[in-house]
Parts: sequence; structure tokens; C-alpha cells
Amino acid sequence: MEPRTRSFYVLSAFFALFILFLYGPTITIGILSFQGEGGGLTFPMRGVSLYWFYDLFEQQAVGDIWGSFRRSFALGLMVMVVTVVVSVMGGLAFRRKFPGSNILFYLIITSLVIPSILISLGVGLLFSQSGLNVHWSTSGFGSQLTWTLPFGLLIMFAVFNRFDTSYEEAARDLGATPWQTLHHVVLPIIAPSLIGVALFGFTLSYDEFARTLLTAGSYNTLPLEIYGMTTNVTSPVLYALGTLTTVFSLIVIGTFLCIAMVMNRRRALKGSDSGKGV
Amino acid sequence: MKKLRNNFAVSSLLMVSPLAAVLLIFLVLPIVLIVVVSFWRATEFSIIPAFELDNYEFLFGSPVTYTVFFNTFKYALITWFFTVLLGFTIAYYLAFHIRTLTWQIALFLLCTIPFWTSNIIRMISWIPFLGRNGIANSTLISWGVIDEPIEWLLFSDFAVILAFVHLYTLFMVVPIFNTMMRIDKSLIEAARDAGANGAQILWNVIIPLTKPGIMIGTIFVVTLVMGDFITVRFMSGSQSANVGRLISNDIALLQYPSASATAIVLLLTVLITIGILLRFVDIRKEL
Repeated sequence: MEPRTRSFYVLSAFFALFILFLYGPTITIGILSFQGEGGGLTFPMRGVSLYWFYDLFEQQAVGDIWGSFRRSFALGLMVMVVTVVVSVMGGLAFRRKFPGSNILFYLIITSLVIPSILISLGVGLLFSQSGLNVHWSTSGFGSQLTWTLPFGLLIMFAVFNRFDTSYEEAARDLGATPWQTLHHVVLPIIAPSLIGVALFGFTLSYDEFARTLLTAGSYNTLPLEIYGMTTNVTSPVLYALGTLTTVFSLIVIGTFLCIAMVMNRRRALKGSDSGKGV
Repeated sequence: MKKLRNNFAVSSLLMVSPLAAVLLIFLVLPIVLIVVVSFWRATEFSIIPAFELDNYEFLFGSPVTYTVFFNTFKYALITWFFTVLLGFTIAYYLAFHIRTLTWQIALFLLCTIPFWTSNIIRMISWIPFLGRNGIANSTLISWGVIDEPIEWLLFSDFAVILAFVHLYTLFMVVPIFNTMMRIDKSLIEAARDAGANGAQILWNVIIPLTKPGIMIGTIFVVTLVMGDFITVRFMSGSQSANVGRLISNDIALLQYPSASATAIVLLLTVLITIGILLRFVDIRKEL
């Protein structure tokens, strides 16, 4: 191994500062959410208490936080499942050219780069003009898919760009039907990436604000509820809510990463089963 | 053989049909409707189908429009500059200075985790830092750098750009890191053997090979900033405006036709910008 150069240490310090920049503010509101009863939005801390968390559970004036959390959670799961299924199907299909594949590809890119407010406005108009009611589980759901699907598909494109097709050819040579090939060969190989797609699907939906603004209807999702709070709540209760949702997000992320790690480890332990007559 | 190819086409079309359906209903139709509504007329409480150019005439006739579009580009350009600088440095450190794959993945994840948490919370979390009595001001006062709190830290263009950089640097780090990891290390060895120093390797080998990643990151950052309306509203304390805010204000006033006209102009601006950027990179090859 070469010795470390001076630039390594400079860059390491830079990286540490960057991480501090990324996490510092969130950690600060984490600390400030334990602010004492008389405390305000900034330091100094006036004692340490769980006052603002209790406030969050009790105070009805801040709105329907638990209802909005349940809705966001359900919506996140819906978006996650659909994103995974549709992205895998799309990724498989896009391995070959098909009529309209170019147009569809550019639509995916458009869906990714279009300013979110256009989706919000357009879907809102579409529903109101066709006499349908906007609701988080219909219009909100569809609007969020226009954000999560491009991410899912880009991941699948990246996965299939690196996919060794000789596994599939081998399966076919051994007489596997297309469905068997997919089920026993392709899906197990791409499974860890699907965890990634699921993580994107859930978290992007759970945190999405702009595309649900005009499409969620009268029942708010959590980000909409939080956004509403920023305009009229000026106490650390805002931080308490922020801390709780961030902790929840971290638990979700941690769960997904653990699943991915366990899958990788099991695969590494099993190794190759060639010649073992499995 | 021809029949086989037809079979493939049919099965491919079946497989993408859910995707196509979602994009048709929730992307294409809404855009078409926005185009249509942008020619409609609005009264105080309803919108009336019509075909008039009033909305566009008003939009292009108002000096506010030009200021707001200028602001939008200003935010995009400044944010791009800082995110590319930060993103490239971080990705370079991870790809070339961290030597084991496990550490690379671990540190990379450390950078990406905030991306999966709420943007609004991450904006709110700047309040205790930048506020009038916030950490930044009280630290500077205690160091004797300033005598009075700086007023422009929170609720200013500075805060808007800081928040943008905070939120979107990830979108630079990820694609740049991705392309850097695919650079053949022997190219760098070859450059070193040929007598290039660190700076020359960076400038003549790494940066040219990383361009596609920079381009993809640029597309993400530029479109996110140009389409934004919450960050600008929240971080400027409603003192600055970009096009997104112009649209959301019209929506709040139920002026859907004029919101639609502005939205169409914004969409065209974004698409033209992306079109120009896409000339430099083939996204599908670079994933």
C-alpha cells in the first residue's frame, strides 16, 4: 500500500465537515425538541423535558397528526409495492427495443424533471374537470407514482445494464420456461436491488410534498400537515414532530438496509451450489 | 423469426402497459389539460373554457415575470456551482481515497441517508442555526466577529441557496460517484507512469471521464431548483419569489388559467434546458 498523501487528510477533514453540514441541523432540532417548557425555538435550553412531545400527543389544535401519519404510511406502502412491481416489469421490457420504447423512455425522463407543481396542478385540474374528488389514495397516489417510478426504473436500467445474460441463456438451455427463468434465475439475482427500489418508493412517497399539495384532497398526508404547521406553529412542538418523523424514517431506512445486508450475507455464505446436485 | 420478434414486442408492450397507463393518466393528460386551461378565462370564482391569449399576454407583459424568471435562473446557477464543487470533491474522496469497498459503501450510505428523510424537516432544522438569536449569530458575537446579530442569515437569498445546497448536493454526489467508480484505475496509473502529477491527473483524466456523471447531477439539481416553490417560500420568509412561487400563488387565488400559462412557460424553459444538457450525455448508457 502506498502511504497516505497530504491531500487524503485534507479531504478527510472536508468530508467530515460535509457530514456535519448534512446532519448538524437535524441533530440540533433533535436536541432542541427536548427543550424545557418555557424554552423557545433556539438555544439556550431552558431545562430538559419531554413537554413538547406530550404536547404533540395531546394538543388537538395542531391538527390531525396521527391520522395524517397513518395515511402517509398506508400511501407509502401502496406506492412502494406498485413502484417495485411496475419498475421490474418495465426494466425487463426495456432490455429489448419495442414499438414506442423511445417515446416511453423520454416520458420517464419528463416525469423525473417536470416541476412537481405541474403534476399537482394538472392532476388537480384533471380530477376537478372530470367531476372526480381528489383523494390521497387516488389522485395523490398517482401523482406520487410519477415521482417514484422514474427512480425505480433508473435503478432497474442500471441493474440490467450490469446483468449477465448468460445465466438466463443457461436456464433456457436447460429447458426452463420464460416464467421459470424469471422466477428462479432473474428475480433472485436482482432481489437486493429491489430492496433499493422499495426503499426509494416508500421514502419518496412518505416525504413527498409538492406533488400531493393539490391532489391529496381534504385528508392531509404528514408532510402537508407539517407544512401547515410551519405557518402557524412557532413552538418547539414543531421540532418534536420533526424529530419523531426523522426517527421513523431512520428506522425504515435501517430496516431496509438490514434486509439488504442479510440477503447479501446469506448469498455469500451459500456461495455456489454447482456440482452439489441442488 | 419474424413471428418470434412479434411475440417479444407483444410481451414487452404488455409488461410496460401499467407504466404507460400511469404516465398517460398522471403525466400526459395533466400536461395536456394545463395547456388547454392556460387559454381559458378566469373569473373570481370559476374558470371558463375559452381560447384567448390573455393569460400569456399578461404574463409576458408584466415586469414581475422577468424578475422572477431571472431569480429562478440565478438560484439554479448558484446552487449548481456549489453542488458541483461539493459533490465532485466528496465523490472524488470516496472513489479514489477510500480504499476498501466496505468503507466506500458505508460512507456513501452516510451521505445518502438524509436524502431519504423529509425535506421540510431539513429546512425547518436551519431555524435554530440561522435565526436572529441562532447558533451562528451567537457564536459570531461571542467570538467578537460581529457586534449585532446579522439579519440576513435566515429569510434571505443566502438561506434559500444554503437550503438548496443542503438538500440537493446528494443528487450530484451519487451520479458522479457512480461514474468515478467505473473509471479504470489503470488509466490513472498510466498517467502517473507517464509523469503526470496529481493536479494533471485530476484535470486531464478524471474530470473528462466524470463528465457524464456531472451532467446527470446537473440535470437533477437544475430541474429541482427551477421547479421548486417551497424552499424559496420557506427559507426567504416569503421575501423572494421564483417561478414556482408565482404558480403556487396563482393556485392559492384559484387563478388556474394564469397558473397554467406560467406553468407551461416554466415547463418549456426546463425542457429546453434539459434538452441542451442531454446533448452532452446519453443517460441510458451511463447508468
